[in-house]
Amino acid sequence: MGFDPRYTGRNFTSVGTRPVRPDGVDKVTGRARYGADFNMTGQLVGRVLRSPHAHARIKKINTSKAEKLAGVKAVITAADLPDLTDGDAAMYAILDNCMAREKALYDGHAVAAVAAVDARTAKEALKLIAVDYEVLPHVTDVDEAMKPTAPVLDDSVFTEGVEPRPAKPSNIAKRSQFGHGNVEEGFKQAHSIVERSFKTEQTHQGYIEPHACVASVSSDGTADLWVCTQGHFVYRQHCAQLLGMDVSKLRVTSSEIGGGFGGKTHVWAEPVALALSRKAGRPVKLVMSREEVFRASGPTSATSIDVKIGSRKDGTITAASATLRYSSGPYLGMWAEIGAMTAFACYKLENVRTVGFEVLVNRPKSAAYRAPSAPMAAFAVESAIDELAKTIGMDAVQFRIKNAAQEGTQSSYGPVYGPIGIGPTLEAAKSHAHMKAKLGKNQGRGMACGFWFNFGGQTCTDLNVGIDGSVSLAVGTVDVGGSRASLSLVAAEELGIPYEQVKAVVADTASLGYNDMTDGSRGTFSSSMATISAARNAIRTLRERAAQMWEISVDDVIWESGQAVAKGRKHGNLAPLSLKEIAAAAGNTGGPIAGHSELVADGAGVSFATHICDVEVDPDTGATRVLRYTVIQDAGKAVHPTYVEGQYQGGAAQGIGWALNEEYIYGKDGRLQNPGFLDYRIPVCSDLPMIDTQILEIPNPNHPYGVRGVGETSIVPPLAAIANAVSNAVGVRMTHIPMSPPRILAALGAG
Amino acid sequence: MVEVTLWGALGTAAGGKSKVEIEAKDIRELFRKLAEQHPALEPHIQRGIAVAINGEIYRDTWSKEFPAGAEIFLLPRLAGG
Repeated sequence: MGFDPRYTGRNFTSVGTRPVRPDGVDKVTGRARYGADFNMTGQLVGRVLRSPHAHARIKKINTSKAEKLAGVKAVITAADLPDLTDGDAAMYAILDNCMAREKALYDGHAVAAVAAVDARTAKEALKLIAVDYEVLPHVTDVDEAMKPTAPVLDDSVFTEGVEPRPAKPSNIAKRSQFGHGNVEEGFKQAHSIVERSFKTEQTHQGYIEPHACVASVSSDGTADLWVCTQGHFVYRQHCAQLLGMDVSKLRVTSSEIGGGFGGKTHVWAEPVALALSRKAGRPVKLVMSREEVFRASGPTSATSIDVKIGSRKDGTITAASATLRYSSGPYLGMWAEIGAMTAFACYKLENVRTVGFEVLVNRPKSAAYRAPSAPMAAFAVESAIDELAKTIGMDAVQFRIKNAAQEGTQSSYGPVYGPIGIGPTLEAAKSHAHMKAKLGKNQGRGMACGFWFNFGGQTCTDLNVGIDGSVSLAVGTVDVGGSRASLSLVAAEELGIPYEQVKAVVADTASLGYNDMTDGSRGTFSSSMATISAARNAIRTLRERAAQMWEISVDDVIWESGQAVAKGRKHGNLAPLSLKEIAAAAGNTGGPIAGHSELVADGAGVSFATHICDVEVDPDTGATRVLRYTVIQDAGKAVHPTYVEGQYQGGAAQGIGWALNEEYIYGKDGRLQNPGFLDYRIPVCSDLPMIDTQILEIPNPNHPYGVRGVGETSIVPPLAAIANAVSNAVGVRMTHIPMSPPRILAALGAG
Repeated sequence: MVEVTLWGALGTAAGGKSKVEIEAKDIRELFRKLAEQHPALEPHIQRGIAVAINGEIYRDTWSKEFPAGAEIFLLPRLAGG
């Protein structure tokens, strides 16, 4: 039966309310089980040996002493994870990142692993593994890595996307370009031009829960994996492919998740744990330490970006261009490409060109981080936009309103926009009380806009009606931000029953059809669409069962406010049948009642936000304090407004840390100097003001309730909004993120 | 016949063209014919391409048909966080 996803403009009963989350009690009492909370009988402890070198050829690994140590049950190297990728370059990169093969490519790269009866034995065994390295020259800086004299990480990399093919290999893995019009002509029409270069340092997603899993491979070739992930179906696919298993023989169960933000969309330790378990014949638990998380999983790119924007006296932008260089770790990424697509997406531009370069460096593989790549591009572009507005003497908000993209605008990355929310967020900012509040000495205000695509994707949901009329909802998208509550609201809405009558769970990979990950702000968007579809299928069955009970035609039964109602004059004396009554009779009317849905949720709809920020900078220390922060963003329809606000606040909080403090610091030896939360400082409550939010609801025409994704866009504007605020406070344009106290003092000195 | 706009890297693989005209009724047929006519595009299609039809981005539904006169853009299949 086809499902019509179009927006219908219905009035809501449950959707839009704020019930308590179903996982809340377990989380605050410690009963909730995270990745490291799962244990199996006979389980071993897994530990990973990591390269101390930023770049080194692995000449030989001798594991014999470790294998002889009492209590050691398995030792593995790359030889135990043979290349089964069949020419799939992306999968080969994942395999090589999980366990180094010919070369160690960054400080922290896994080179071997052990499984032992306890942690002490495993640690001792790691010391007994002898690795013979040939240390090679390394490069960790994105600009240095692009130089012709830089040590080349991979001799097989010839810059993709340029013609003719370069004669020599280099660290520039790929060039991509977007835009339209004639930029050179556009700049000739400009009265004022701002041209600047910006840098952002590498940051980590900073999820509180480290990567953790328990793998159990049976001698019959089947396996179980209990893991903390944003996408257990994708983990199953990657692990099965890397280990040469049938996907149906690997069951993956996702635990509760203590943050992911994109970092848990990639496999890191899981194939290693499975390989250890396969070799040892026993379950293996592998939990990364915080140091391992920093050294070997998930940071975003460091960037170097040049921006040029020109405008007429009346504030019309005539041309805009940017060159974006993003580090991707030692493997090809698509991070500069995304930066190049998002950089100018907020604006209506006749002439625009962006060029992105993916740059290989001796740092851990760059991973997705909440609206990946967009915050850095927005920092550079929104800083230049602010400066240009000032140059021509126009208010920063008004300048953006004048140039904002609208329905029908050709986006800077290509397609023409449908209905979008950038204009309304700017208008809301313009009239917001925050913009009119007075500022004191050493204080400054900044604002910025941000864009993110949002995705949908493959989704499968089961809705089962219990014999007592309660409803269990099995979804396949991991709940990272309260989606079990949101999806229960959607099921309750569609069925016309109370929220409390629905219980949502995240099903394992053996219990449900394939689901894409919870990424791209798709969790609630996609799974709510599948939940609506499943509920409608269940309602069809409920009507059929009611028709049986009444002995009338199903065409004479409608579903209204949670009950079956017989329509038509001849059935006027039939009292409605509630879901509970129909469920109680299910055994005699055809068996269990359920609704299923498998669909591809397309049409997620792009998302925009505008942020306003006030800061105070101490001119003596260079320390910045965020005084006030406001997030304005379009949600399409906020299913559970509290969790939408939570996403807005969370993105802003992460952005504040990124803008002011967070930074990977490498020594000259190519080793990470600050792999811990003491030296890599994420914001804590005392660093943050209460972050105010304003939810706009401009319905997405491609979702029955008008829902848009809301998880990522809120991290796009903060770097720029805070940089604009700091620049206004100190009177010097800040061009390097994070704006840590030493950088602010240096800027003040230079200014 | 539909006119398809290619993003930068894809245009390079298609011999420097930014637009191509293809006789295709849906995304599946478009990808098949693109690969036939421009073999250098095959690795890009394997890696993943999203199709924007009148501004809506489709990443997976290859059966999506093109409305008459639709604006069609090919884009990289992006990752999210």
